[in-house]
Amino acid sequence: MAEAVLEVFRGNKDGGSPVQYTVPITPGMVVLDALHHIQGHQAPDLAVRWNCKAGKCGSCSAEVNGRPRLTCKTRMDSLPADKPITVAPMKSFPVIKDLVTDVSWNYRVNKKIPPFTPKPGVPWKMYQEDVDRVQEFRKCIECFLCQNVCHVVRDHDKKEEFGGPRFFVRVASLEMHPLDGESRTALLKNELGIGYCNITKCCTEVCPEDIHITDNAIIPLKERVVDEFYDPVLKLVRMIRKAPAR
Amino acid sequence: MNETKYETHEHDVLIIGAGGAGLRAAIEALAQGAKVAVVSKSLLGKAHTVMAEGGIAAAMSNVDKADNWKTHFRDTMRGGKFLNNWRMAQLHAQEAPERVRELEQWGALFDRTSDGDIMQRAFGGHTFKRLCHVGDRTGLEMIRTLQDRGVQLGFDVFMECTIIRLLTEGNRVVGAFGYWREQGRFVVLKAKAVVIATGGIGKAWRVTSNSWEYTGDGMTLAYDAGAALQDMEFVQFHPTGMVWPPGVQGLLVTEAVRGEGGLLRNKNGERFMEKYDPKRMELSTRDVVARSIYTEVREGRGSPHGGAFLDISHKPAEYVKQKLPSMYHQFKELADVDITKEPMEVGPTCHYVMGGIRVEAETAESTLPGLFAAGEAAAGLHGANRLGGNSLSDLLVFGRRAGLSAAALAAKSQPGKIDPAQVAEAEKAMLAPFERGDGENPYALHRDLQEVMGNLVGIFRLEEDLAKALAELEKLKQRYTKVRVEGSRIFNPGWHLARDLHSMLTTSEAVTRSAIARKESRGAHSRIDHPDFDDRWGKQNNVISRDGNNMKLTQVPVKEMPEELKQILAEDK
Repeated sequence: MAEAVLEVFRGNKDGGSPVQYTVPITPGMVVLDALHHIQGHQAPDLAVRWNCKAGKCGSCSAEVNGRPRLTCKTRMDSLPADKPITVAPMKSFPVIKDLVTDVSWNYRVNKKIPPFTPKPGVPWKMYQEDVDRVQEFRKCIECFLCQNVCHVVRDHDKKEEFGGPRFFVRVASLEMHPLDGESRTALLKNELGIGYCNITKCCTEVCPEDIHITDNAIIPLKERVVDEFYDPVLKLVRMIRKAPAR
Repeated sequence: MNETKYETHEHDVLIIGAGGAGLRAAIEALAQGAKVAVVSKSLLGKAHTVMAEGGIAAAMSNVDKADNWKTHFRDTMRGGKFLNNWRMAQLHAQEAPERVRELEQWGALFDRTSDGDIMQRAFGGHTFKRLCHVGDRTGLEMIRTLQDRGVQLGFDVFMECTIIRLLTEGNRVVGAFGYWREQGRFVVLKAKAVVIATGGIGKAWRVTSNSWEYTGDGMTLAYDAGAALQDMEFVQFHPTGMVWPPGVQGLLVTEAVRGEGGLLRNKNGERFMEKYDPKRMELSTRDVVARSIYTEVREGRGSPHGGAFLDISHKPAEYVKQKLPSMYHQFKELADVDITKEPMEVGPTCHYVMGGIRVEAETAESTLPGLFAAGEAAAGLHGANRLGGNSLSDLLVFGRRAGLSAAALAAKSQPGKIDPAQVAEAEKAMLAPFERGDGENPYALHRDLQEVMGNLVGIFRLEEDLAKALAELEKLKQRYTKVRVEGSRIFNPGWHLARDLHSMLTTSEAVTRSAIARKESRGAHSRIDHPDFDDRWGKQNNVISRDGNNMKLTQVPVKEMPEELKQILAEDK
């Protein structure tokens, strides 16, 4: 039977190193299958998060051969067979153990976002063409691969000043909801630091749900922030009306 | 008890499980002013509800104007072969539309009709187009909506925390004891009322659509604490799981494929459902379709990998991609099959348990005071077989009811006293696998359990197989006393599995004992040696409770249905 060699990071917050495991290959096998095989036969304490094994829950994120992926959707036969497959935890989050990282920052960011707030007295009618673009954002499975790959988080560690692509997608889903009456542009500018994003599209590239994060969520939101805070004509109008910008 | 020894929290209502039922219960308890804790084995928003694909059944009559709660009630009772708790089926049918509208008001975005209303699709066993949906990712939409609502209202979330024992004072539940999966430290959660919403038991079978979380924890916690379980023999095998490649065997293929017009064929190209249910064909109930596929394969008419062909390629490719996007990607990426061009191969997979904790219909309270249950963890609504789409509505209707009653009970109760002996006992049992120098590997034990349940307690059942399963389970229980784990307490999946095995062994035994007792075939319970309905059994629930260290099984008569509901059932449409 054909075999594959994996180099899986083993360690904790104090450090660690890759450990080699050899597993038998079966047709259609994915990297998560290989990790389960290691757990079941060689290393019962190998820490891995997973739930649905169908690309629907976004739990099994890791870096496979250096690329952020869902391990349940990464086919072994899509990877070069002539060298070991490396599996490492997401780099942008602190390691708890092995492939499991502390993603609690994401849940803290989420709490800052004002929820869906329907316009008062709104009739509950919506048309498919009005919800299409929001449904794209609602596909997000919160795998946090976009957060992991974003250089504002990954290289500059601006976690306290920045929301990250996942939460721009979430804000976009609320701001573009046909019946929502809340404005979140001040939040985007100040607390979520959308200005840090310089639209390199790394997030879009790794999204397993193919959400056009940069083009459909971030850029339109940036435009809203610009319109509200930096448009000279509007600024003048506001000064005349003495309506303070929010 | 030395209160400082364990991290301790105190709430009015403690909810175990953060899927649809648990989150809906939490939202309702919060709305009543209760202080609420939600505990989940996974991260928030990853619960099994995200895997629900097809939709939420609710008689909104947006598409088929003739639909109403009475028809939904009748469909549910017929699908459940009349063993359902009729009061639950009535409440469910009546309240589901309002629960769906609520989701929309909290921000959920369903697919729309041309009139701007929530779109509804056809599904097996439903007379009308009834399933409110978002493509084939309805569960994700639902869980995200509930999660955001709960976070906004302000519950305390205990993520990656496993409850290992309910704590009782006399005959009342006063809290729970668990551990943080991350660091392996123990935690005491005191509460005036506890809601169990932990889902099902499917991980005891090898071919299953269920995730690792589905180990029957909630039912076992309730059983261990003295509550009764009901109808455990009714395990639903979903007719369409993937059969190839091996790594994805059992993975769910949504019923929405058939709802959108998908056809089932055998290797000879025959639409074999003509033989088994010519009227409803592919949209027959799940028990019937699963048995039909199984029979076709057993009689040599299966697909190359031992399933049936499910074909939607006669529909326009763009339509398929829009209505079934995750199926399209799932087959393309995991099986190299383009479902817009070629058929899928599918076969039955363990999916859902109709049985669970015995509850009161109105209040969702179990037989143990202070303990409530909702969703898949509770029994009654679905009787002998669940209709597709009735699970998501179940979570909403009875999750809300459980939260409401738990908050009401908490409001009139004083905090209970925690018994240190119960805590110490649970801690000792939990740590024992670390102390054994030599012993059983929990993964090996799990594989063996899955073989037993898959081979002997499957779609078709026979007394001698079931008796053999019971004997095998006894051996596995013996081996379980010697289970050993390696490594530390920090995020140790082998250790976590060792605990989950206790739950899986308990619920597997309950399923097997109930299956032996029910000497008839009804819904999802098919006995080769008793192939027909037996009217006497149609009026009995199997009820399991703990008697010392033994499992006690009794039959309890189903309550008589009131005349007005009987009349609804008698109507022909």
